[in-house]
Amino acid sequence: MEWTVVVGRYSPPGEPQPKGVPGVPYKAPYDKAPPKTYQTFKVDLPEHAMVLDALIAVREYQDESLAVRCACRSAICGSCAMWVNGHARLVCTSKLREHTVGGKVTVEAPPSMPIVRDLVCDMTPFWNKNRAVTPWLENKQPIPQGEEYRVPNAAMEELIQEVSCISCGACLMDCESFAVNQNFVGPAALAKAYRYTADPRDAETQDRLGNYSKPDGVWDCTHCYECVQQCPKGVAPLEQILKLRKMAVDSGFTHNAGTRHADAFAESVRDSGRLNELTLLPKSVGLFNIPAQIQSLPAAFNLLRAGKLPPLIHHAIPHVERIKNIFKKIGGRFK
Amino acid sequence: MIVDYDVIVLGAGLAGMRAALEAARNGASVAVLSKVHPVRSHSGAAQGGINAAIGEGDSWEIHALDTIKGSDYLADQDAVEIMCSEAPSDIIELEHMGVIFYRAPDGRLGTRAFGGASKARTYFVGDITGQALLYTLYDQLLKSGVKVYEEWFATSLFMVGGECRGVVALDMMNGDLVLLRAKAVFVASGGMGRVYEPSTNALICTGDGIALAYRAGAPVMDMEMVQYHPTTLKGSGFLMTEAARGEGAYLLNSLGERFMEKYAPNMKELASRDVVSRAEWQEIAAGRGVDGCVLLDLRHLGPDVILKKLPQIHEMALDFLSIDMIQQPVPVRPGMHYIMGGIKTDSDARTPIPGLYAAGEVACVSVHGGNRLGANSLLDTLVFGRRGGKSSAAYVKTVTSLPSDAAGEQFLASEQERVQALMDRPTTGETHAKLRLELGILMDEKVGVYRDEAGLQRALAAVHDLQERYETVAVRDKGRIYNQALTFALELGYMLDCAEATILGALDRKESRGAQSRTDYPQRDDANWLKHILITKRDGQAPAISYLPVTITKWPPQERKY
Repeated sequence: MEWTVVVGRYSPPGEPQPKGVPGVPYKAPYDKAPPKTYQTFKVDLPEHAMVLDALIAVREYQDESLAVRCACRSAICGSCAMWVNGHARLVCTSKLREHTVGGKVTVEAPPSMPIVRDLVCDMTPFWNKNRAVTPWLENKQPIPQGEEYRVPNAAMEELIQEVSCISCGACLMDCESFAVNQNFVGPAALAKAYRYTADPRDAETQDRLGNYSKPDGVWDCTHCYECVQQCPKGVAPLEQILKLRKMAVDSGFTHNAGTRHADAFAESVRDSGRLNELTLLPKSVGLFNIPAQIQSLPAAFNLLRAGKLPPLIHHAIPHVERIKNIFKKIGGRFK
Repeated sequence: MIVDYDVIVLGAGLAGMRAALEAARNGASVAVLSKVHPVRSHSGAAQGGINAAIGEGDSWEIHALDTIKGSDYLADQDAVEIMCSEAPSDIIELEHMGVIFYRAPDGRLGTRAFGGASKARTYFVGDITGQALLYTLYDQLLKSGVKVYEEWFATSLFMVGGECRGVVALDMMNGDLVLLRAKAVFVASGGMGRVYEPSTNALICTGDGIALAYRAGAPVMDMEMVQYHPTTLKGSGFLMTEAARGEGAYLLNSLGERFMEKYAPNMKELASRDVVSRAEWQEIAAGRGVDGCVLLDLRHLGPDVILKKLPQIHEMALDFLSIDMIQQPVPVRPGMHYIMGGIKTDSDARTPIPGLYAAGEVACVSVHGGNRLGANSLLDTLVFGRRGGKSSAAYVKTVTSLPSDAAGEQFLASEQERVQALMDRPTTGETHAKLRLELGILMDEKVGVYRDEAGLQRALAAVHDLQERYETVAVRDKGRIYNQALTFALELGYMLDCAEATILGALDRKESRGAQSRTDYPQRDDANWLKHILITKRDGQAPAISYLPVTITKWPPQERKY
């Protein structure tokens, strides 16, 4: 049957330019990405065909100059993540049938990454982030002589979720935190960080947790769940990030804005049954961190102007003692 | 531009990364060059596991005998002895590097059963063993600081006075051709699956390294030995791991019979791959197939085993056929999967050309002979990658100087001219895609599970015709940056060389052994054919055939029964 594929084309200046309809500039935070031109192709493929099948058909029989990375065609090599209708997808396992909306499917390089050509983006930011988490085993000593480390199978199974990661980068492409902070270590790299931190054979657990607790690390994730939703292999990077946070706090890495922010949430809910937004910011940046608090004044002023400033006097909800009991029952740092 | 190293490794799969690590450990300056990022390499697609005789009641001798029997006695037994006896320490080393192998209840490494093996000796990580190994080695490569040239496409080996002294490669990001000069080049660029259509192999498996070495005068060996995997998914041809049968899955025909009971009464579904593929072919030919396939039935294994130990193939059957293997059997057929042949090397990865090394699927040591056992290929990459890394690092210490800049620049200029001529061809020529498809279908039809003289002669004539037409293939992309039309056209040239050598070997071997099943010579003929076929191409001449005896150490050839 006939499918319609709209492909975002781009060639750097000085190269032969693809034909197509000029696209509109991207909105913030992607406004630094160069606008593309969009070219419509019709391809004849079976009903169950994938988006990648369509791109290959275009490249083989209609336009040899279409650049697209792919190798295995079966969600193993991780080459072909890109935007499909505005969301990061692995095109080799994205069915045309499921992604055709209003008679067409739109495919393009994600504007969150530097672009090389057409559907090929520059994955350097992704690889650099991976490199930044010390992604290798630092062996616990002594290394057993002539035999394996003895560890329970459950400890290995705990890591297989991350080991299933194929580095396609879909999580980073749609990560909302990365979109506004290019230095955020990002979902895949932090999942990898968990994989080695939680490995019972690794000796650097403490150092790792300290490093990952620094700015741009685990606490910079905003829980938007894009990475969980876009991951084609069920890695669920956010889940691994949350596990790292817990390990870090349990190991005493609490002197950072992330932990203070989480603590301020918990304390406020424990003490009043709801969030005290007025104290959240000072508690997060540190009560005596006057420069950071002054920096936030313009934002506070904007909130005031828009009528969004929280009430100055914070009231507890009725029967707040029941909430306190819940905290007691759960135990841990806030009982 | 010219860059210098001691060792350049071509390809960044398991063999390449293992070789690079070992050469670097032995003091060589090393760079890895690959047309894709290392973790995109096809080693990552290996699902089932990696063999080693570690457990009680097993021994490397039993592993070696299984391997030799599986090879239909074409493997060189000295090389098999090395691979099987060194396997345990290589597995332990992988574990120390961080591979999350499946554990037995006592916390030690646990195994699963695999085809052609008389003991359960396959170590694994779910059904993503290749991926788990590939990433662990990549992590180790990052730790080592070895330079990786990602998305650099090799166009030729730099040969000076019969010695290999580097490689010319295209930097795909900017279109520059660069000469990387080196005292040794280590080819580890994998197989040539795409010469066949369909194939379980990734689109990048185009025999680049085999053709580059072949063009440089290195002999290729046992190229006729092409493995068809018994369980590839209907339609797409994707791999359904042998681990499914290792875990206990059945193969059924249209009558619901476990037909392997007829063909291999002892091993049944776990006979070696050539045996099972032929049995499937015969069932289908006898009208007991299901729409050109047989059925792989996992239902009795239960959801727990399927979801925990075989999650990836469960997902693939869902994605590509909308079949849930927990509920329904999966249609599979024999599909091209692996080549046992390749660049001829010794057990230290040396080719007969000074300065040229090879390991992994690209090479032929030979440890797989006429048929490779499942879970022996990952082992092959690691053992011979490591050994070759060490021997190449020792070799480069004996090389005192590199060819002159002038020689380098002259060679680079001639390569630039050749590539430019390809770019400048009139756009009226044929497309690489059309020729590729014709080649693939031809090879699957005429040089597949069963072969005969007439079919092979037709295939050879057809490949010669394709080679002629190849001279007119146009590159319709005139850009410099990420020009895949150019690299695909170059790959097609490599593929045609590989196809020709495969057919020549198949025509020459007038017997049936391992993966070579000649309907006109149905018997194994040890008196005449217990030997390797080598094919060598010298400048401007037709390929020449020569032979080497098979090395037999302890296991004289016997009739093969499963």
